[in-house]
Amino acid sequence: MKQANSLALDEEIAQIERASVRAIRARWRLVYALRVGVLVVTLGGWELCGRTGVIDPFFFSMPSQIAHQLWVWMNEGTSQGSLWVQVLVTLEETTLGFLIGSIMGIVCGIALGRNRLLADVFSIYIKIANSVPRVVLGSIFIIALGLGMASKVALAVVMVFFVVFGNAFQGVREADGNLIANAKILGASSRRITYSVVLPSALTWILASLHVSFGFALVGAVVGEFLGSRQGIGLLIATAQGAFNAAGVFAAMIVLAVVALLAEFLLTQLENRLLKWRPVQFSELAH
Amino acid sequence: MNSVLTPRPLVASAGEAGSGGSVGASGPVIELDKVTRRFTSPEGKVIQALRDFSMAVRPGEFCAVVGPTGCGKSTTLGLIAGLARPSAGSVRIDGNPVVGVDPRIGFVFQQDAVFPWHNVLDNVSAGPVFRGASRNEAVEAAREWVRRVGLAGFEAHYPHQLSGGMRKRVALAQTFINRPDILLMDEPFSALDVQTRSLMQDELLQLWSSHRAAVVFVTHDIDEAITLADRVFVLTRGPATVKTVYEIDLARPRVVSEARYAPRFIELSRQIWSDLRDEVTI
Repeated sequence: MKQANSLALDEEIAQIERASVRAIRARWRLVYALRVGVLVVTLGGWELCGRTGVIDPFFFSMPSQIAHQLWVWMNEGTSQGSLWVQVLVTLEETTLGFLIGSIMGIVCGIALGRNRLLADVFSIYIKIANSVPRVVLGSIFIIALGLGMASKVALAVVMVFFVVFGNAFQGVREADGNLIANAKILGASSRRITYSVVLPSALTWILASLHVSFGFALVGAVVGEFLGSRQGIGLLIATAQGAFNAAGVFAAMIVLAVVALLAEFLLTQLENRLLKWRPVQFSELAH
Repeated sequence: MNSVLTPRPLVASAGEAGSGGSVGASGPVIELDKVTRRFTSPEGKVIQALRDFSMAVRPGEFCAVVGPTGCGKSTTLGLIAGLARPSAGSVRIDGNPVVGVDPRIGFVFQQDAVFPWHNVLDNVSAGPVFRGASRNEAVEAAREWVRRVGLAGFEAHYPHQLSGGMRKRVALAQTFINRPDILLMDEPFSALDVQTRSLMQDELLQLWSSHRAAVVFVTHDIDEAITLADRVFVLTRGPATVKTVYEIDLARPRVVSEARYAPRFIELSRQIWSDLRDEVTI
């Protein structure tokens, strides 16, 4: 009797589970369908407005023109050579700037976070430097470092540094005093505490800042190219602008977006690897 | 006072507690001598946590410290551990003034202090690794301690995957692996539910009986203090000083779940509570 009861209960639970799985799937199908719908309506509306003359395609272009521009760039190359070379140049500047800026930011953030006096002395200057619109420095870098890669990397570094620095500093400050005291009593030296306790504590903060700062590095590199360069996507945009080629500007934008999304994906992978000790959000359904 | 519950002569005055009178032939391992500890807030205001605080702990003795909340119990442990310096008076370990973190000390914290980014095995082996042991040696020892606190099979789990009681076991193993001669515990079980707490108290007594460290156990729970300790120090409200010292003459080994029903236990509990009540009510 009891056996039969529990069997019936199992069957009931299994049924409920099947039903809820179906409901979850149906919901996601709806979400995907709506996402595609939004895309179609937006692009279709744009195309329609352009073709019927509601907006002037000369200034605002149309999805079909942009697609055509991309196709031409991919197959016949741009006015300054192959599209892939342009992407590679910009990517190289961005990555270099991102790496140098983040490492400098992390090192300085931890140094100041661990040293009260340094923090009190420098915090005011960092606040000032952070409030200056740093893109303007691009002009200085072009004058000082020339049209080559160095000036773009420098601008990307400046863009990245403050974001990562701010987060690393905050992360160190938020490190749990109990963990530090515990490590101290277990026998860790001051340097050991920095590596084994403070750095892992701050890692959540640092990694969060890396997501944002890759975008900043990209902005730095592109703006640098925009201000003066011989190669790169920024130059592609500047050239398109000079030729009143709106489709070219949009096409370059799409290329940049793809690069940024790929980098975001890689950073998320890195984050998941480094932070695998964090509890998984149980209710997280988003993809 | 109630005639049935007249305090027995084992109640010593605050002044005597720190002096050599109550200390055995081997001399105290921990000694706080007329210690005062003041904090200065960032605005420059001075807060006094301890005033003329004296206590002495013999080697292998289990001492519990009870007192009203916020009276400075934790401050005492910080001073013994070398995490803070006294503003006046002296703190000595084996007769030598404390100048930094002493390697013979182990500390179990009130909140979780296990490293969330390490799994159980790496958490337990942290102490030996910090102290320069090779990784293999440390992991070998850690495996043994993980087993002894009953966490075999959970070596690769991260702290967030464990229950509060299991995390406390990790913290105990992490501390005991360093074989401390002096064990400082700051309300270690206060965040646990009642059943888990009494299991952990048993566990602690068992671990302690095999190596006999001198223990200073801070708690706000009078029953916990009587269950575990050889002597219970009752503090006044802040700035704290020792009010009374009780000798707990209950036989060892004690079984936590049964000890609390012994008549002597109840008598002690009532005495200490009536003593503490004057400090708690304001």
